[in-house]
Amino acid sequence: MTNKTDAQHALTLGDRVQADRVHTSLYTDPAIFEQEMDKVFSSTWVWVAHASEIPEAGSYKNTYIGRQPVIVVRDRKQKVHVLLNRCRHRAATVCEGKKGKTNSFVCPYHGWSYSLDGALRGVPHPESYADQLEKGELGLVSLRVEEYAGMIFATFKNDIEPLVDYLGPAKKWMDLFMKQGGGYPIKVAGEHRFRFPGNWKIQLENTTDAYHFPLVHKSFLSSVDKQTEEMLDFVGGSGYVEDLGNGHSVMVMIPQLIDLEENLDAPIPERFAELAEQLRAEQYSDEEVRRIVRAVGGSGFNLNIFPNIACSMAFFRVLQPIAVNETEIHHAVITMDGGPQVANQARLRLHEHFQGPMGFGTPDDSEAWERVQKGASAGEDLWIMLNRGLAGEKPTADGRASDVSAETGMRAAYQQWKKLMTA
Amino acid sequence: MNTELITQVAAFIWQEADMLDHGEYAQWLESWTADGLYIVPIDPQQTDFANTLNYAYDNADMREKRVARLGSGESISTSPVPRTVRDVSRFRVLANDGSNVTVRCAQNLREFRKDVLKHYTADVTFELVRSGGSFLIKRKIVRLINSTDTLQGIGYIL
Repeated sequence: MTNKTDAQHALTLGDRVQADRVHTSLYTDPAIFEQEMDKVFSSTWVWVAHASEIPEAGSYKNTYIGRQPVIVVRDRKQKVHVLLNRCRHRAATVCEGKKGKTNSFVCPYHGWSYSLDGALRGVPHPESYADQLEKGELGLVSLRVEEYAGMIFATFKNDIEPLVDYLGPAKKWMDLFMKQGGGYPIKVAGEHRFRFPGNWKIQLENTTDAYHFPLVHKSFLSSVDKQTEEMLDFVGGSGYVEDLGNGHSVMVMIPQLIDLEENLDAPIPERFAELAEQLRAEQYSDEEVRRIVRAVGGSGFNLNIFPNIACSMAFFRVLQPIAVNETEIHHAVITMDGGPQVANQARLRLHEHFQGPMGFGTPDDSEAWERVQKGASAGEDLWIMLNRGLAGEKPTADGRASDVSAETGMRAAYQQWKKLMTA
Repeated sequence: MNTELITQVAAFIWQEADMLDHGEYAQWLESWTADGLYIVPIDPQQTDFANTLNYAYDNADMREKRVARLGSGESISTSPVPRTVRDVSRFRVLANDGSNVTVRCAQNLREFRKDVLKHYTADVTFELVRSGGSFLIKRKIVRLINSTDTLQGIGYIL
């Protein structure tokens, strides 16, 4: 008799992703997680920063690609570099702190120093190397970096397709998302960081999951005005989820808020009436007031870019895998760079209302995901069902689409996962 | 050192702590001035809270909503409601003009929910306004010592 564990081991990685379901082991198997670090996170484009996070020469941000610490830094010629945060001598990190500004990177252990582009500039007491140290070979390891719409991506895979090809139809949604600057450049102005005890793909799925919203976020919906509550009652509405290829997808929840520069004549929502008054009092023209107020509430869609970044209504959602059952999430707030202070205050307050460990939304999401991971330890031969909206899925110009609460975006992500993991 | 003032503010702040640990929110909501703000910042050096991202920046309306959410049963992260016990100590009066008192203190809070015990340590600054024989809270700023790290959900009031 074959026991369940043997049956599970008989499944190849490819078998574990079906058209309408994925195997539970994708959430729970540490060996699969180890492979993901290599075959997913070290083999595709991974988002590392928004350009506004490193605004000036010398500005840097520390982050991770998979589990590897990297520095994202702007050099004196404004070129962005993504460097492994590891001294080439004996491996100590050369840069600490989440963000900052520097002229160079100096290893605290023996003083090897590197310029902003990663080149090894000097080592103390070089005489012991008898002029044989290959300084040109010992710069900080530099990754391939490309940028689109202010979003900076890096990759360990040097021969990968250009970023713009990888993004494909997602690009037009990125352009639409950036319109929430309301005529100003968008700026990342801080973030909420939190962790939950669960697999990273649970969060990846959630960004394209409209189905959970009315239930998990009931307490949030009870805390907003009637008009906003009605706007957020999108399950069963005319929105849709579209597979954009390469694991990317968009979930349109509020179709009238796809393009924030359209319908500027629409009535100003009552929750923004006071803000509109304040802006008028500050002498902004009627058109400016309408554009800014419309932008403050954010876009009506979530764009999921595989594997680690989402443009989610009014913020960036970044996910970082820590372990098979531990994931870190950053919700970065977006403001209008140089925009009216009252409008930016409104954006900050809206972000605080829903996001973060003390928000009215995030902790409930987090609790639900924790419950998924806990439940996934039962029934190791069972599957995660992803067949919602499959019957109604139809081809589109950019891919395939189904209704707003369809699991089309999750299916898209898992097909990309399968492609990378079985390559 | 004005020990009489320390005693007055300590008695008020201990009462507030006790209300929060025992869920006496109706009375807690009445402990504030109309323009009172409950703030939990992220950056420990920050002083311009209105123009930066915080964990919480609650005016009267948001405080009421936070209390309502906690008791609504609609939020899975606060059902069951976490139990808390907090110690407040190390009171120091930073300013006192007769009607307004600014006091800084240390808060150590233990939270238990489901199967996890957590510990949060914070510097708390109160701006109190004399009212009747007691005070009202104009500002309560809770600076968690690990505010820049990743946190998990905190559904209750610090």
